[in-house]
Amino acid sequence: MEPTLPLLILVIPLFMFLFLGLVGGYMKPKVAGVIGTLGMGTTLVLAFITAYTYFFSGSECFVNEAGERLQSIIFNCDWLQFTDKLVIRLGFLLDPISAMMLVVITTISFMVHLYSNGYMCDHSGNPERGFQRYYAFLSLFSFSMLGLVVATNIFQMYIFWELVGASSYLLIGFYYTKPAAVSASKKAFIVTRFADLGFLIGILILSYYTGTFNFTDLTSAPVEGIADTFRVSAETAANVQNIFNTSAAPMFMGASVMTWALVLIFMGGMGKSAMMPLHIWLPDAMEGPTPVSALIHAATMVVAGVYLVARLFPLYVMQEASLQIVTVVGALTALYAAMVACAQIDIKRVLAFSTISQIAFMMVSLGVSRPEIHEGVGYMASMFHLFTHAMFKALLFLGAGALIHAVGSNDYTAMHGLRKYMPITHITFLIGCLAIAGIIPFAGFFSKDEILTACFGYSTVAYLWMSFVAGLTAFYMFRLYYLIFWWKDHEVHDAHHAPHDAPWTMTLPLIILATVSIFAGLIHFGKFVTWNGEPYEIHLNWTVAGVSLAVAVIAIGIATWLYKSENAKPEKMANALPNLWRWCHRRFYFDELYMFITHRIIFNCVSRPIAWFDRHIIDGTMDGFAAITNKASESIKGLQSGNAQSYVFVYLFGALLLGAITYICLVLC
Amino acid sequence: MFDNILIYFVIIPLVMLALVGLSQNIKQIRAVAVTGSLALTGLSIFLLVDYLSLRSAGETAPMLFTDSWVWFAPLHINLSVGVDGISIAMLLLSSIILLTGSFASWTIQQPKEFFLWLILLSTGVFGFFITIDLFAMFMFYEVALIPMYLLIGVWGSGKKNYSAMKLTLMLMGGSAFLMLGLIGIYYHSAADGNLTWNLLQIAENNAISENWQLFLFPMTFVGFGVLGAMFPFHTWSPDGHESAPTAVSMLHAGVLMKLGGYGCFRVAIYLMPYAANELSWIFLILTGISVVYGAFSACVQTDLKYINAYSSVSHCGLVLFAILMLNTTAMTGAIMQMLSHGLMTALFFALIGQIYGRTHTRDIREMGGLMQIMPYLSVCYVIAGMASLGLPGLSGFVAEMTIFVGSFQHADMFHRVFTIVACCSIVITAVYILRVVGKLLFGPVQNEHHRQLTDATWWEKVSTATLIVCVAVIGCFPNFFASLIKSTFIPDIFRVLGMN
Repeated sequence: MEPTLPLLILVIPLFMFLFLGLVGGYMKPKVAGVIGTLGMGTTLVLAFITAYTYFFSGSECFVNEAGERLQSIIFNCDWLQFTDKLVIRLGFLLDPISAMMLVVITTISFMVHLYSNGYMCDHSGNPERGFQRYYAFLSLFSFSMLGLVVATNIFQMYIFWELVGASSYLLIGFYYTKPAAVSASKKAFIVTRFADLGFLIGILILSYYTGTFNFTDLTSAPVEGIADTFRVSAETAANVQNIFNTSAAPMFMGASVMTWALVLIFMGGMGKSAMMPLHIWLPDAMEGPTPVSALIHAATMVVAGVYLVARLFPLYVMQEASLQIVTVVGALTALYAAMVACAQIDIKRVLAFSTISQIAFMMVSLGVSRPEIHEGVGYMASMFHLFTHAMFKALLFLGAGALIHAVGSNDYTAMHGLRKYMPITHITFLIGCLAIAGIIPFAGFFSKDEILTACFGYSTVAYLWMSFVAGLTAFYMFRLYYLIFWWKDHEVHDAHHAPHDAPWTMTLPLIILATVSIFAGLIHFGKFVTWNGEPYEIHLNWTVAGVSLAVAVIAIGIATWLYKSENAKPEKMANALPNLWRWCHRRFYFDELYMFITHRIIFNCVSRPIAWFDRHIIDGTMDGFAAITNKASESIKGLQSGNAQSYVFVYLFGALLLGAITYICLVLC
Repeated sequence: MFDNILIYFVIIPLVMLALVGLSQNIKQIRAVAVTGSLALTGLSIFLLVDYLSLRSAGETAPMLFTDSWVWFAPLHINLSVGVDGISIAMLLLSSIILLTGSFASWTIQQPKEFFLWLILLSTGVFGFFITIDLFAMFMFYEVALIPMYLLIGVWGSGKKNYSAMKLTLMLMGGSAFLMLGLIGIYYHSAADGNLTWNLLQIAENNAISENWQLFLFPMTFVGFGVLGAMFPFHTWSPDGHESAPTAVSMLHAGVLMKLGGYGCFRVAIYLMPYAANELSWIFLILTGISVVYGAFSACVQTDLKYINAYSSVSHCGLVLFAILMLNTTAMTGAIMQMLSHGLMTALFFALIGQIYGRTHTRDIREMGGLMQIMPYLSVCYVIAGMASLGLPGLSGFVAEMTIFVGSFQHADMFHRVFTIVACCSIVITAVYILRVVGKLLFGPVQNEHHRQLTDATWWEKVSTATLIVCVAVIGCFPNFFASLIKSTFIPDIFRVLGMN
């Protein structure tokens, strides 16, 4: 495959960023929007061509005779050489998951570009201030995210990982005059930076012991079955195998250093994917414009952590302990986020916690994936869910955006009963809810079912746990749905200002994404993406599917009973379990805890004392030296009086003294 | 004498001095300063190209363009010049900062005297980077330090007398150590009595006994380390920067502090590898503390210049830290960090000066929402901040990553643990940078009087845009600089590395 075509996928968004960033201010906002959208549209087409070529061309670069899909590096250039072996390269790696991610990112990004043309205008259709800047940042984000998924080595991934973090910072803080947005963007950056510290240390450890950054060298370590699937030098492969599989690997605090490396790398993933306890930035990140939330904080950037674990999955498989940590973190986060989502009032916060919970599903799915359980179905299920979730969650966020745009508030109490006024938004939002709840035949049903199958194969506890969370998911989504669209009739004071469906730029993406959410589940995903490249036939496990469907239906039933029309039942429920409700509502006080740690401990107990120490002790010592020198010279300066009489006196006195001493010495000797 | 290209790095500033002295008005002075620094920049670029073509032609000598002129024969004092990749990088950095610094002092009071001292200072800097004779090096070092006293004392702000005195005295204290060290090196420079001040010859003779190395290494390292803001000898830096005028802060943080790191590498480690290897752990602990301590201190400061000064302590600490790691990758990183920090701090100080010139305060509590008032300066500030916290694509990232990866290649636990400690600074840096950016530029406008302020003038734009372009070029094409620096290590660093 010619590298020019795929490379344009990266070059166009980068060019768009520079172009709109530098000269955007001199053009009309609308024009900038159209240019940005067209640029992303071109990227979308190119990405689809690339993915199509990869999956369907049957070229021997991509598929071997046995029908296994290969990793193919279609471009690679040295960017920064550290040592002979450790080199950061910037390149383009095409394999099943990167091709799949190209499709996901460009699709959602294009939808968001299109949608923002309408969303970022006020009600009379005038573009908001900073419209060009907004499109520049969107392009920057798309560039970084695409660079991240096609990374050929872990350091390239880290580079783009930081860049998506920065573009997320810029976009969350887009309304920079709003203090809440500023502090949310700061929080997001610092929390993920802290997680990235773990990622960086993990990379350092991993590269020190294996002597390589390259994914192909690392992940093609000879686990049975894929030994000769990916081309790699025998020496490196033997080295990696040696490190991972022998007991001679160095130990540190009771675990192999490789486990440490993988867990630290996973910490980076926890930060970006908002796993507990590093999730606190994501709900606040909802201060950004809603289309940004759809693109970055629902569909693409936040799944980077999942993508990272999937990318290094062959290594994780070799370190059982690290996968167990992934599972436990994922399972706890899934339950926590689902519980919190049940008690939130802000519609975007509900969706944010729902995102956290769904990403945790993907993490758990990776964590329970073992080659021996259903041929590693968990890996496939995780990627499948990533794909479908990106579609329906983007749909839900964009729908929420349309509602917020129409009503002018994030609070659902301002929305009740909107279904009559905004029919398209209503129908598409309902489709999104059905998809996420896992109702057949919507997309979420199939992917979630595969995840539950994987959990079922791993352990019964995991299965029951995740099924319960799936039930909660259906419950909180329909609670939200009823509270927005039903509950009671919308009060309209002025017929002219009645909420109405958005312009076509906003409804078209909704309709497209809704269509995808209905049919995406029917894709034979196992044919395209599996952990070792071998195609895998999905067959529904009807026991698992039946149970999960029943759970979803029951949960929706409860939600309908509680929230379909205005009544006092929810109030009573909350009063019956006051503590539980309060803890869920206050998100288990994580924010307060972090506030305490950062402000009380880091700022007041570390930074301030250090600054004080510097000014008063270290600098005081230096000033002290100066003061002593001054004092000393003050006290002896009287000797240099310039007074001849005293000089003569001292001279005579000294001479006599010396003479006397000499005389005494002579006498005594 | 005049057929050697290097000597022009001293001659051009001297000519500039004469011309500034003859100038009648501020326009002529500006013209001289800008033309002269452009000429210096052009000369550095020309030198770079020449150097690379010689290297690719297979030239393997440790230093190129070497030359030597007798100065005072009885004491073997010569003026010897010569450059390698590192010196060229430093010359390039110095000339760019002098250029942007001239633009930043466009409207300074008493321009004639100011520029005379500023150019004298840069004569010292350029001289320091081209000489390979210890005595001449020390002389140029002092020439670069002394004008600082007057520049801060006369053109400074705040408690300028105290700061100028403190800075000068502390640096002079360092010089005293340094002088002892250098004289010691001179007297042990040759086993056969042919004493010399020439760096290359001393390295070749390798005659300094191990015991003397253990004595002289701390002297020279601390002597240069004071200028490199090594903990606990860094306290001149916050006060000095706080009081210094814009261009002086730029030159001082951007170039002068690099003299420290460069000297530590060129003299202390290069000439005394045995002691460097034996004693590096003590200084690693000190510089490791610098890195984290500086960053934590910066978190609670409220004066923009203090924040930057402490941030410099942290970043320059990383330079010395990496030099002490004694391996090619980390040292390459150290030099890249010098370049990166030089450009980025100069940018910061230029912006702070420009903001201060408008708002007349540097207290972040009294400002806010500047993005709405002066978008150009604010965007530049955000870019500088992003470079400082290590955003890929800007220079800070490549330098820091080279240092971390290089340092982590050590086999023993001590070095690797300290590398991880130093890595923690990337989080703390993000905290203090975002704190300032959030408070200063974003949010609502704090002071309504600030609404009348204007955005950058054209000379301010030239100065900041040049620096930003340089920061981005290093960040986007790091391999060019890395290989330039490594081309230096590969011929002659084996002696040092051989000790490990």
